[in-house]
Order: sequence, then structure tokens, then C-alpha cells
Amino acid sequence: MTSTLPVQPESSHAIHSHGHEEHADHRMFGLATFLVADAMTFAGFFAAYLTFKAVNPLPEGAIYELELPLPILNTVLLLVSSATFHKAGQAIRQNLQGRCRNWLLVTAGLGLAFLVSQMVEYFTLPFGLTDNLYASTFFAATGFHGLHVTLGALMILIVWWQARADGGRVTAEDHFPLEAAELYWHFVDGIWVILFVILYLL
Amino acid sequence: MTVAIPPQTSSSSPRLQPTGWLRYFSFSVDHKVIGLQYLVCGFLFYLIGGALAGAIRTELASPVSDFMARDVYNQVLTLHGTVMIFLWIVPVVNGAFGNYLIPFYVGARDMAFPRLNAVAFWLIPPAGLMLITSYFLTGAAQSGWTAYPPLSITTPATGQIIWILSVLLLGGSSIFGGINFIATILKLRRPGLKLMQLPMYCWAMLGTSILVVLSTPVLAGTLVLLSFDIVAHTGFFNPTLGGNVVVYQHLFWFYSHPAVYIMVLPAFGLVSEILPVHARKPLFGYVTMVYSIMAIVVLGLVVWAHHMFTSGTPPWMRLFFTIATAFIAVPTGIKFFNWLATLWGGRITLNSAMLFSCGFIVNFVLGGITGVALAQVPFDIHVHDTYFVVAHFHYIVFGGSVFVIFASVYHWYPKFTGRMLNEDLGRLHCALTFIGFNLCFGPQHWLGLNGMPRRVAEYDPQFTLINQISSVGALLMAISTLPFLWNVVQSALSGKPAGDNPWNALTPEWLTSSPPPVENWIGDAPLVEEPYGYGVPMDQLDLTATSGRDLWSSGK
Repeated sequence: MTSTLPVQPESSHAIHSHGHEEHADHRMFGLATFLVADAMTFAGFFAAYLTFKAVNPLPEGAIYELELPLPILNTVLLLVSSATFHKAGQAIRQNLQGRCRNWLLVTAGLGLAFLVSQMVEYFTLPFGLTDNLYASTFFAATGFHGLHVTLGALMILIVWWQARADGGRVTAEDHFPLEAAELYWHFVDGIWVILFVILYLL
Repeated sequence: MTVAIPPQTSSSSPRLQPTGWLRYFSFSVDHKVIGLQYLVCGFLFYLIGGALAGAIRTELASPVSDFMARDVYNQVLTLHGTVMIFLWIVPVVNGAFGNYLIPFYVGARDMAFPRLNAVAFWLIPPAGLMLITSYFLTGAAQSGWTAYPPLSITTPATGQIIWILSVLLLGGSSIFGGINFIATILKLRRPGLKLMQLPMYCWAMLGTSILVVLSTPVLAGTLVLLSFDIVAHTGFFNPTLGGNVVVYQHLFWFYSHPAVYIMVLPAFGLVSEILPVHARKPLFGYVTMVYSIMAIVVLGLVVWAHHMFTSGTPPWMRLFFTIATAFIAVPTGIKFFNWLATLWGGRITLNSAMLFSCGFIVNFVLGGITGVALAQVPFDIHVHDTYFVVAHFHYIVFGGSVFVIFASVYHWYPKFTGRMLNEDLGRLHCALTFIGFNLCFGPQHWLGLNGMPRRVAEYDPQFTLINQISSVGALLMAISTLPFLWNVVQSALSGKPAGDNPWNALTPEWLTSSPPPVENWIGDAPLVEEPYGYGVPMDQLDLTATSGRDLWSSGK
């Protein structure tokens, strides 16, 4: 079955009653397509960074040094948050809204902890945005990723609000907002792992 | 048989949609309204871009800078390129015809994401207005549509930043549109309709949308970095701060070479719809057409550095990108010969749509030949940044894409409005455009081969005569717009009624009324398994062909 578009007369009423509403399955497909586009933006940043590293040596006296402990903590925070988001998804499928909301709060908390930890790193680094080429690229890539984490955390809080028991939009039968936020969050975590390898380990 | 009557049932919708002409100024989610919004909006920007081109050709009619100041010339040049690419060709060949036709072709009542679709369109007018008004407020960007640093960093910053913001908005619009097309073509097909039964324009739009989704975000990221260089004084692309301008060029062309295919692949698709109808023959080589489109998509992503042969590109890179570029000529050539074979032995009607399509084939093969020539490093180094490149590029995007846009307007205007266009005015329009275009851009090959650089307001007096011939051609092109404008306005008011299917065409958009009802069909969508099943006597032609043999089986 490749399409859900109703062509039978009885089911064509279904689409009219929804007007021009998007269908959930197509929305997930659309979101996945968007994330491919988003990944290409990161790919552009990473390609620029790797090229700079390869062909533009730092001038004498320029400082570009990264410490590993905080980023490793950040990696752990995000990986754990992916797991907790998965638990939230499992809970809503079993119609356990209270548990789902708790896991969502934990996930959002981990995301915010990541952002705080990232800020601490920013303010303790021995270089600033305009100090040299590598520093600028580092801030551009991590900053763009941090923007994604910020948006993701906001999304999780919105889903948390929508998953409330009375009149919420996120239920066991229909939990598209949660699924969409979950896919996005896993994507943001995946990008971080690649970013961590390229910026901190290479 | 229950007949679904859309206007009444949609009253349950909380959004009140205007129904008359006002809906074209509303946040309508109807794909046909959005398609026409793209088309008319794009055409208004085409008139602006055309006026800017007229200003350029007026300046270049004499070898000295007398018509406008040099920095104004730079602004006009930049605006002309940006408006024509991002506000005219890309939105019209993708957004306008894509939104109007794709839901018909897949048997759907709308796009997969109608509201996202409306958002994508409504990003365009503000972006365009922002770009144009920057000229009057602060001075527009001066670094050309490529915005190469360090030029874009050293020219006045305000205009450049407004340019970047406009292009980011337009890029976002393009990405949203691309996501919508991919989802619609892959997910919203009517049950029973197979991918290999889709009209060719669907394949072209699928390929184009893949390119949009993969390459446009890279441009967006690059322009964000460029704006950091301008505003925050970082040094990504600023050599004086240790940056690397060539990285900008790589990232820019990673989008902007595929952008050429984003402008021309949908045109391939449209012309593949028009030729079979007016030649009364099946599209030749459907399967090879499909594979050619997909081959162009893949190859189009790995040829970008052929724009950079003079940027200190290492020899291995030159070799790779020359070979990859030459390979693109193969699928493109297959398509070219398939169009010729479609026409071969057909019962050709030389109406305006067909004439513009033939004009496209002629112009495009000329632009393709100079394109293969430009891929060769020794030749490219000789003519890089000369008028030869300008001529080649315009043979592709004007001689190619714009000719197809006009062909498509003549072909689908009866469907859009329910009225026929005047054929005599259409043929006049086509003749004037074809002569004007070739007079304008043909001689520019000679200018480039003899070393006249592009993007200059002043030039060596030895080039005066050829430049004046070129300017006369531009004037003819400007005049050619007048019969077209008169024709579309006059025909909308008092043209001959078209009926549902004036061309006796078989693709699904003709199997409904003109203009179509809100949800495209009263009742079920037809299952069109043979969109190109022409070639039988007219009285045996089943225009409601909802079942049939395999169109591409042998013996047809």
C-alpha cells in the first residue's frame, strides 16, 4: 500500500472532514527529509573545518586548544537523554502518561544540563570567536548544534505540556508530536557524536 | 455514486478561505492557487529583472560608463542575477508548475503538506521586496550573485547583509518546497499508480527536489558564515584574517552548480509533457528519460569545481571534475535525442507551445555544447570570467528554462483560466523572443573568445559594434514581452472558451474541468496508466483512459 489518499467515495469524506490536514505518516516522512537537509548544513560546516585544518595552518602564537573532560560529559548527557526519550515513547505507547511526562522532564533536564555545560566550556576556553580560523569554525559548528539542542529542549517541554492527562494532544493512540520530537532529538544527538569526533578527537 | 462536492464540506474547516480572486492574495492552501501565486509573483520579478537587464545592456551600448555610475552598475548586475535566479526561474519552474501539476499527476487532491506549501510561497514576496528595496534604502549588494569574498566582505556591508537574508529566506522556501514535492510524489500517489507510470515531470521534480534538499542547506550554512565575516569580523573567508576564500567557492558551488539543474531539470520535465501532446506521439524512451534524470542528479552533485579551474585548483581535481562534467553530457544527450525522436514522424501542430519547445531544444543544445567546451580546463582557463561564460549561461537558463516557461504558459493557460490564448500573438511572441535572444547572446560568444571580461561597465572600444548588436537583441526581447502581456490579460477577459481538454491530452490534469474544482476532481481521481498513449486515430482515442496496456511495451 503506497498511499493513504482516499479514492473510494465513502472514504473521501474522511479527507474532507479534515480539510487539508497533514497525515501523520507523511509528516514523519517530511520531517526525516528535513533532517537530511539539516544534516547537509552540518556537513558544510564540517567540510569547511576539515579543509581549514588541512590547508590553513595556524599563525605563530595563535591558541586553539580543547580540553576533553567537559565534552565527554556532554556526550554522555546527550546519549543518556536519547535513552530517556526512548523510555518516554515506550511509556506513552503503554498509555502511562504520568511516566511518559516524567521521562520527558528528565530528557529536557539532560538537554538543559548539556547547554549549561556547553556554556561553561565556552567561558573557560582560552580563545574567543574571532581569535583565529579554527576558533571561529569551532564556535560556528558547536553554536549551530547548541541552537538545535535549545530548540529540541523547547520541543520536549511543549510535548510534556501536550502529554498531560486531561485534553492533551499526546495520547497512546495519537502521539505524533512526541514521535517527531524524538526523531529530531536522536538526530541532534547523532550530529553531536560526529561533531565530537571531528572537532575534539581528530 | 456519492459525489463529493468540496466547497460545502470544507465549511467544517475553522479557516475561512476566500473563494474569488481574493484567494490569490490569501494564505490559501489550495495547490492550484499556490501554483498560480508562484507563477504571477515570479513573472512580476521577471519584469523587474528584465528591466535591470535592460539597464545593463543600455550601459554596455557604449564603451564608456555613461548611463549609470559604476557602483550602481555593480548593484544592478547583482540584483539582475539574484532576481532572475532566485525569484523567477527557481520559483516558477519548481514552485509554480510543480504545485499546480504534481498533485494532478499523482492523483491527489493537494500536496502532502498544504500549509507548509503556503508558508514556502509566502516567504518569497517579502524576501524579494527586501532585496529590491535595499537598492533604494542603503544601496544593494555589489558582489554579483556569487557574492565571492573578499569582494563581498569589502563592499558596503548593509546591502550585502540584506542580500544574504533574502537568499536565506528564498533558500528556506526552496527547501520546504522540495520536501513537499518528495513527500507528495513518493507518498501521496493514488493507489494502483506505479512510479514508472508517472508523467515525466514528476520524475524531473523528484530529482530536482533531491538536489534542493541536499545542496541548498550547504549554501545557507555558507552564507551564515559569510555574514559572520561581515558583521562579527570573523575570518572564515577573509585572507587578511587567515581565512580561505577557496573554501567559500567550494561550498558556494556545491549548491550553485546543482542550482543550474534545479533550474533546468524541471524544464526538461515540462517540455517532455508538451512535446508528446502537440506531436501526437508517445514520449520516446520513457525509461531512459527516467534514468537520465537520476544520473544527472547524481553527477550534478559532483561537478561543482569546474567553476573553479582558475582558483588554484590542483591538477587531480581539475582532471576529476573535467571528466565528471563531460559525463553529464551523456544523460543530457539521451534526453535531447529522445525529444527529437518524439517529434520524428509526429503529427506536429506548430502552435506557440510547440514553437517555444522547439526553440528550447535548439537553444539548449547550443548551450550544452558550449558547456562541454567550458568543462575542458585549457579552454576554460582561456575564457574564464569572459562574456563566453555569460553567453553559455544564458543559453541554458534563458534559452533553456525561460523558453520552457513560456511554452508551459501557452500549454497550460487553458487549464489555468478556462480560456485559450491568442495563437497569432503567441507566435509573434515566440519569433521576437527567439530572434532577440539569439541576437543578444549569440554575439557574446565572440566577445568572450576575444577577451572581453564580464561584469564590467566599461570595455575596450574594439568591442563596441558587437555590444551594440547584443543590446539591440535585448531591446527585441523587451519588446517581445508586450504581445505576451497583452495576450494573457486580454485572453483572461475575453479569450475563446477552452473546454476541459483543448489539446486532447491524456495526462490527468486535462481529465477535469478548466479551471479545475477545489479538490481537483468531482468524485474519484482517474487512474492514468498511459499518460503518453497517443498515436491512435483521434476517434479511437480514449480521453478518459483509466485502464490500459503497458504503455512501454513493445510494438507501440
